[in-house]
Amino acid sequence: MVETSDIRVVRCGGSKVNLTPPIISSDSRFVLCTSGDLVKVYSTRTEEWLHSLQGHTNQVTGITLNPANHLQVYSCSVDGTVKLWDFIDGILIKVQLVEVHETVEIFLSSGLCVSACPECFQLVSVHLPKSAEQEVEAKEMSAVSSHISKNPSCTAFGRGGEYIAFARHLQLNVYFFRKQKTYSFSLKATDKKGAKNAFTCIACHPTDDCIATGHEDGKIRLWRNFIHKKEYTYSTQHWHHNAVNTLCFTPEGTHLLSGGIESVLVQWQYGADNRKEFLPRLGGSILHISASSDGQLFCTSHSDNKITVIESSFKVCGVIQGLVKDAVLTDLMIDPRSKALVLNGKPGHLQFYSLLRDKHLYNLDIVQQEYIYEAGLDQFEVVKAAFDIKGSWLATVEERGKKSSDLEFFLKLWAFDERTQSFVLNTTITAAHTDRIISMCFSSSEETTMLVTAAEDSQFKAWCQGADADTQQDQNFWSCDFVGSYHKLNPTNCSFSADSSLLAVSFQEVITIWSPDTWEMLTTLCQPPGVIRDLCFGRLSCSKYLLGTTTKNLLCCWNLLTCELEWSTSVDVSKLQPDPFSENVAAFSYQSKHTDLFVFKPSEPRPLFTNKNVCSEKVHRAVFVPREEPLNSCDESTQWLNRSQLYFLTQNMDLLTFSTATEEDRMLSSSKQLVIDDSVAVTPFYLLLGKHRQQQQKLNTQSHPVSDKPQQTQGSVTIKELLHTPAHVLPAASVLCSMFVNSFLISNTGVQQDPLSWLT
Amino acid sequence: MASFKPTKVQFLPKLGEKVTEDTLYWKNYKSPVQIKEFGAVTKIDFSPLAPHNYAVTASTRIHVYGLHSQEPIRSFTRFRDTAYGGSFRGDGKLLVAGSEEGLIRLFDICGRVALRQFTGHSKAVHVTSFLSDGFRVVSGSDDLTCRVWDVPSAVELSSITEHTDYIRALAPSKLNPDLFVTGSYDHTVKVFDMRSGSSVMTMQHGHPVECVLLYPSEALLVSTGGRYVKIWDLLKGGQELVSLKNHHKTVTCACLSSVGNKLLTGSLDRHVKVYNSSYKVVHNFDCDASILSMAVAPDDEVVAVGMTNGVLSVRHRKHKKDKETLTSRRRRGPSYRVFVKGKNFVPRQDDFLVSKPVKQYLRKYDKQLKSFEVSKALDTALQMWTRTSKPEVTVAVIIELNRRGTLKNALAGRNEESLTKILNFLLKHIFDPRFSRPLLTVGDIVLDLYRQVLHQSPVVERQLQRLMEVLGREAELQQELLQVLGILDTLFASLTPRKEVAALAALPVDQGPQLQAA
Repeated sequence: MVETSDIRVVRCGGSKVNLTPPIISSDSRFVLCTSGDLVKVYSTRTEEWLHSLQGHTNQVTGITLNPANHLQVYSCSVDGTVKLWDFIDGILIKVQLVEVHETVEIFLSSGLCVSACPECFQLVSVHLPKSAEQEVEAKEMSAVSSHISKNPSCTAFGRGGEYIAFARHLQLNVYFFRKQKTYSFSLKATDKKGAKNAFTCIACHPTDDCIATGHEDGKIRLWRNFIHKKEYTYSTQHWHHNAVNTLCFTPEGTHLLSGGIESVLVQWQYGADNRKEFLPRLGGSILHISASSDGQLFCTSHSDNKITVIESSFKVCGVIQGLVKDAVLTDLMIDPRSKALVLNGKPGHLQFYSLLRDKHLYNLDIVQQEYIYEAGLDQFEVVKAAFDIKGSWLATVEERGKKSSDLEFFLKLWAFDERTQSFVLNTTITAAHTDRIISMCFSSSEETTMLVTAAEDSQFKAWCQGADADTQQDQNFWSCDFVGSYHKLNPTNCSFSADSSLLAVSFQEVITIWSPDTWEMLTTLCQPPGVIRDLCFGRLSCSKYLLGTTTKNLLCCWNLLTCELEWSTSVDVSKLQPDPFSENVAAFSYQSKHTDLFVFKPSEPRPLFTNKNVCSEKVHRAVFVPREEPLNSCDESTQWLNRSQLYFLTQNMDLLTFSTATEEDRMLSSSKQLVIDDSVAVTPFYLLLGKHRQQQQKLNTQSHPVSDKPQQTQGSVTIKELLHTPAHVLPAASVLCSMFVNSFLISNTGVQQDPLSWLT
Repeated sequence: MASFKPTKVQFLPKLGEKVTEDTLYWKNYKSPVQIKEFGAVTKIDFSPLAPHNYAVTASTRIHVYGLHSQEPIRSFTRFRDTAYGGSFRGDGKLLVAGSEEGLIRLFDICGRVALRQFTGHSKAVHVTSFLSDGFRVVSGSDDLTCRVWDVPSAVELSSITEHTDYIRALAPSKLNPDLFVTGSYDHTVKVFDMRSGSSVMTMQHGHPVECVLLYPSEALLVSTGGRYVKIWDLLKGGQELVSLKNHHKTVTCACLSSVGNKLLTGSLDRHVKVYNSSYKVVHNFDCDASILSMAVAPDDEVVAVGMTNGVLSVRHRKHKKDKETLTSRRRRGPSYRVFVKGKNFVPRQDDFLVSKPVKQYLRKYDKQLKSFEVSKALDTALQMWTRTSKPEVTVAVIIELNRRGTLKNALAGRNEESLTKILNFLLKHIFDPRFSRPLLTVGDIVLDLYRQVLHQSPVVERQLQRLMEVLGREAELQQELLQVLGILDTLFASLTPRKEVAALAALPVDQGPQLQAA
C-alpha cells in the first residue's frame, strides 16, 4: 500500500471466521476462531466478542488447544510462526519460528506439531523444543508424507496421537509414529452404482481403533482393523445427498457428527449405525464441526461466515455471525436509520452490519421462501436494493433464472414499522417490467417518495405510493405512475437530483432529463463515444452539475444551466460514488492492473485527493459512511474524510477503507486502555458493579478523547477483591457491606452524572 | 435453527371490474325466474301495500302476481285490444289501465269486471295513473291530450292539449295531488298543475321521451329518451343537472331502488344499469331481450324486468337465512370453546412461567414438501377441493416444485387417472394470465415424460388433442390482439401533436434558479 499524506488503506472488519474449525475452551465458556490475522475469543453464552489475540502478521490458518495446559492455545499462520497464547488474558507466551516456507495448517498432539507447506502440500512433523525463551526456532523436522490433500480436514490424529490418518483422492493412509510406518488403503474411483468415492474428510475415534471417512457422494465409511494391511474392514452408511464436508467424534466417542451442504447436522450413534438425530436448517452449508472436551457443546461453522453453538441435547444456543461477503450482488448501502451497512447476507436475505462495532445486527428475510441447500439449484436472490432518504422505505428486487431462459423477478417494497423496529412487506409487484431491472433509485425529496426503476425492456417506470381511489382501502400500496422510454433504447442508469426536481435516465449513449412533476422530457445530453455506465448529480453547491462515466474511458461533467459539457477527462472509471454529505465525488479507476482513487468536486476538474494503487483488483462497490462525529482535520488532502468515511469492496470481496493518521492515533490510545477482564459473566451482581465501573470509566475518559471501542477500566480495589476472592473465604456480608457502599461514595466526587445514563 | 418457511401462495388481483359495496349488493340476487306472458310486457307496477303484489300489463291482459308466486293470483282479461299502463292506487285496492281502443278501465283488485270506464280519448291511451288524492285519474294519450277523470262520477274533469306528439310517459306527484309530469314524443317534458289547468314548466329532452320519474323528494326529475337519461332539477326551474349516455340503444324505462335511491335504467340494448348517487354506473344486469319495463319492489326485495319477447324476468333478493340453512347442513367442527380452552388463563404475579414452543401449523402439502415428498405434495395440491376452489394454491405448489428443480420427478410415474387430473387442470387454467407461465412448463414436462406411452390411453390422447386445439386458438387470438395494438399505436402516433425542438431547449433555463436554491 502506498502511503500518501497520512491516509492509508486498511482492512476493516468482517473477515472470515469460518476458515478453520472453531475450538471451544475446556470449561465451555469461550469459543476461539481465526479471523484474518487475529484469533478472536467469543463468549459461548452471550455470543459477544470478548477480545482478540493480535500478533500474527498474516492469515492465521490453524488453532488448537495446548494438550498440556488447557488455558493455552497454539496458533499458526502463513507468516511461518507458531505461537502459544494464554487466551483468557490474551498474552503471547511463546513464538516458534518454523523453517518451512509457509505454514498452512497445524494439527497438534502431545507437543508435536505437524505442518504442511503449500507448494506440494507436504506433511511435516515438527518437534517443538521445550525452552523458556520467548522466541525459539523449531529445527527438528521430519517429513511424514509428501503428498497430502490440500484440504486440512483430510488429515486427523488418532487415539491420542498414536497415529495420523490422511487421505488424498482415493487413498487413505495411516502413519504410525511408533513404528514410523505408513499403511495405505485405496478405493476404486467409481463402483457399480456410479458412486464417487473420493475422500473429503477424516475423523478418528478418540479411544477405539476406528477411522471415519466422508466421501464425495455423501457416504460415510467406518474403517476398522487398519493395523493390518490386508485384513482391514469397513462399513458404509449413507444419508447425505452431497459430499460430506466434515466429520467429528464426540470426546467420549459415543457419537459421530457429520455435516455437508444440506446444512443438517447429523448425529450418528457409534455402534448402532442406524440411529441418527438431525438438526436441520442451520444456515449455510456446514464446513467444520468441533466438540468441547466435556462433550457438552458442539460448534459448527458455516459457509455464510457463521458459527453456531449447539448444546449436546441438539438445541441451538448461540450464533456468532460475521459479515457475509460471498456473493454480493447488491450495492453497498447505508441504512439511514441505524447507519448500518446493508448488503446481501444469507441467501435471500439482506444483512445489516454495524461497521462501527464490527458486529452483525440482523438479517432481513426478503425472499421468504424455504432455501433448499442443494448444489446447482437456481434460487431467488436479492439483486437490487435501495433505501429512501429517511430510511422509511426499502425497495428490493429478487431474481431467479440467470441460467435458464425464463427470468423470474419480483419488486418488493418494505415499510419501516416503528413498533417492531424492522421492515415490513408492503407491496409485491410481480411483473414490474418484462425484462431484468437494471437500475433503481428513490427520489430524494422528504415529502413524497417515488421509486424509479429502469429495465432492459427499454422502459423506465415511476412508482408512487398512491391511495387508489377505487379500492377504498386505507393501506397505501405502491402503483405505477409513469412509464417512459426513449427511442426504444435500453436504459442503463437512473438518478435523481439532490432536490428531486430532475430525473436523469441514461439510455445507452444518451442522457435524458425529465421533470418528475409533469413527466415531461426536458432535454437530452449526448456525448457520443461509449455507453453511459454511471450517473450522478452533484450535491449542495455543485447541484447544477451532472456527472457521467462512459465505457469508453471518459468522465464527463455537464452543466445543467447551460446544458453544455463543462469538462471531461479520459479515465476508466469503474465506480463513481458521490458523498451525500459534501460536494465530493469519489471515482475508482482501473488501469494497468491496479485501481486508483480520485476524489474531486464537480465544479473543478482538478482532484482534491489522489491515491494511486489502492488495490490490485477492480472496485465495483463503494459507499460513504457518515461518521458519528466529524473529524476536524484541516489538512487539504484529508478534509474529504471529515464528515464521512469511504468503504469499498474489491473483486476478492475484501472490505477496505481509508483511515487517517489522527484516527489511528486515537484507536491506539483506546486499545492501550484495554484490560482483559471480561471473563466475568453478566449476572445481576455484575450489572450492579458495572454501573459503578461505568461511572469511573466516564471520569477517566475526560482526559482521553472518546474512543470507538468499549473501554474497560480497572475497578476499585474493593471490587476487585470482592470479585476475585472465592465466596467461601469471604467474610460475612454485613462486614463487607460498609466497605462496598463506601467504594461507591468515592466516585461521586467527580462531575455529577445521571446514574441511569449507563443503562440506556 | 430457522423454522420451515411455508409455500407462499400469491394472491394476484383479478383483472377487470373492481368489487365495490354496490356490486356486492346488486349481485346478491338469486338467478332470475322467467315467466312467459302473451306479448311484450309494457308495464310493471308494484302494489304499495304489504304483500307487494305486482301488476304486469302484457298484450290484452293484466296479471297480478304475488311476490313469490309464478302463477298469477288474479288476471284482468276484459280487454278487446292491447292493454297499457296498469297501475295501482295509493292504497293498493284499485287498478287503472288504458288500452289501444282509447278506453280507460278501473278495476277493483278483488273483482273481475271493470268498475268504471272512462271514454273520451280518440286514440290509444298508453299511460294512466291515479293522482295522489286517490279520487282522480290522469291519462295521456296518442291523441295529444292529457285528461283528468273523476273516479266516483266517471266524468272528465279537464283536458289539456299542449303536447304536439304522442304522450308516452306520465308521473303524478306524490306530495301534491294537483301536479303531474308528462313526457311526449315531441321531445318535451312538461309539468302540469291542475289548479291553473296548464303546464307550469317545460323541459327540452332532445329525444322522444319514453319515461319520466320523480324522486321521492320531488326536487329531481328523471326523463329517458333516445340513448340519454337526463336528470332535471325542478327547484332550479327545470335546469338540466346531468345527462347520462351509458346505453347504446333507446332507454325505455327507469325506476328507483328504495334503499339509497339508486337509479336503475333499462334499455332496448338488453342491459339494466344501476347508478350511484353521483350518477356513475356501479352495476349492470344483462337480460335476454330488449327491455320495455322494469320495477323494483319496496326494500329491493324483487327486481322485475319485462321484455319485448314477452318474458317477465323476476330476481329475488338472497337473504342470510338461506345461507344459514346451507351451512348448517355441513359437518360441524369442534366448538369455539375447545380452541380457547386454557388460553385465557392469566398467570399470577409469582407464578413461574414455562413457555412451550409454539407449534408451527403447516398445510398438508407443506408437510410433504418439508420431508421432500414431491409427488405426494403435488397429489395433495391437485385434490378436488383445492384445484377447483383454490387453483392458486395448486399453482403455488407447482411453482415451488419447479423452484426446487423437482417438478419433473413429481410429474413422473403417474397412471392414467392422475394424469387426466393434471391435464384437466391444465385445460381449465392454462389461459389464466395468472397461471399460464408455470402451467405451460408443466405441459412441456408432461409431453416430454409420457411421449412414448401416450397412444396407449385414448382418454389422455383426447385431452391432449383438446389442449392443442385451445392452445392454437389462444395463439391466434393473441396474434389478432397484437395486430389491433399495432393499428392503435399508429393511430395514436399520428394523433399526438409534434413538439417544437426549440421549445425544449428553452425549458432547462427555467430550471436554473430552482437548482441554485437547492
